[in-house]
Amino acid sequence: MSVIIEIPTAFRRFTGGAPKVDCSAATVAEALNELTARFPDLSRHVRDDQGQIRQFLNVYLNEEDIRFLGGESCCLKEGDRVLLVPSIAGGSE
Amino acid sequence: MWRYSELLPLPADFAPRSAVGGTPLVASRKLAAKWGLKNLYFKNDAVCFPSLSFKDRVVATALVAARRFNFTTVGCSSTGNLANAVAAQSAQQGFDACVFIPSDLEPAKILNTAVYGARIVRINGNYDHVNRLCAQIADRFQWGLVNVNLRPYYSEGSKTHGYEIAEQLGWTLPDNVVVPMAGGSLITKIAKGFRELVNLGWVEGKPVKFFGAQATGCSPISDGVKRNLQRFEPQKPNTIARSLAIGNPADGPYAIKLIRESGGWAEDVSDSEIVVAIKLLAETEGIFTETAGGVTTAVTQKLIAQNRIKPEETTVVCITGNGLKTTDAIAAEFPATEAIAPRLDAFEAYLDAQLGTTAAVAKA
Repeated sequence: MSVIIEIPTAFRRFTGGAPKVDCSAATVAEALNELTARFPDLSRHVRDDQGQIRQFLNVYLNEEDIRFLGGESCCLKEGDRVLLVPSIAGGSE
Repeated sequence: MWRYSELLPLPADFAPRSAVGGTPLVASRKLAAKWGLKNLYFKNDAVCFPSLSFKDRVVATALVAARRFNFTTVGCSSTGNLANAVAAQSAQQGFDACVFIPSDLEPAKILNTAVYGARIVRINGNYDHVNRLCAQIADRFQWGLVNVNLRPYYSEGSKTHGYEIAEQLGWTLPDNVVVPMAGGSLITKIAKGFRELVNLGWVEGKPVKFFGAQATGCSPISDGVKRNLQRFEPQKPNTIARSLAIGNPADGPYAIKLIRESGGWAEDVSDSEIVVAIKLLAETEGIFTETAGGVTTAVTQKLIAQNRIKPEETTVVCITGNGLKTTDAIAAEFPATEAIAPRLDAFEAYLDAQLGTTAAVAKA
């Protein structure tokens, strides 16, 4: 399925400034893997050492948080939008 | 709050232009007696100035930063209190304000923002939708969104709620603090404030247990603590406590970590328990708090029943907003009474009907 991944400002320096990346994938997981394969510097901002999506990175499929859709294994349709939105939080140290 | 300026991210030449914070720490008598606690206090930000919630503290520090960064328009995503505070302080400090709220927010909260002249954008969605949109807006526009791109400065303001508690207890820390949790930032910043005072040597270090309070209808953090989850599970909020209705709390992981490490706990309460607690606090201590304060009060009662808060300990319950903001939540409890004629006999008849004989009352 051909889908668009929307890249937040904070990550655009890893995609050569691109705010959107086209890719072809069957699931959100595959789309994210294709993204990090193409832009390896983005990897550590997307996944943690256990390979899970980083806790502070919110991923939306169209309007919905993927955690309500069964996680990154959820399936994509033609023209879907995957939106990455880093959480803004912390500062306790 | 500006007495703690040196501990806040303010420029060296900062001079405050208006008072914020410095709210009462109320020593409880009647509710403490009812609950069997020796030392119970309510930190009463229901009367925080200018907009009657603890959000005035965080907006104050955020707007100083906004000025430094030359923003002329500021705003926020809000469940209500933050929008009120941004609107009020923007009017005072001379910023244009544009705030974003879930479209079903309580009418009082909307009025409390509109009156100051702020632009209000109502979003068809819950707070989490609004927050996500604001992250995109902050990216695209040159606006200072206090809880998004100014968040580091914003969040530091919450420490003053904790500093004041320590100072008002006589430069000593309590044993327990009960804090409502929406995004999860406040509880972590109260802890940070306490740690800073210990580091400065202004208070003696001691273990403080942090207890988080949520509504059962939106309890991702409380659920994460109680089920000992590695990662909390986001929820779709469904509660009258709209000021705490954040299903995906950004500081949730930090709040959970703090609660666990401090030996505290988290609890959540039903909507009906919230209403009962609002009335209880008003009737025993004369403090009228909004639904978030009802949550915190009801959770405190639950924690006492669970023996997690002990009778001889010093406990501070954090009341974060004024009851006038969420009157719709309790309106059904007080249906309108029938009026009487402006005559003495009409009043005597009224008393007879309500209390028994007029004669008994007249003799008293």
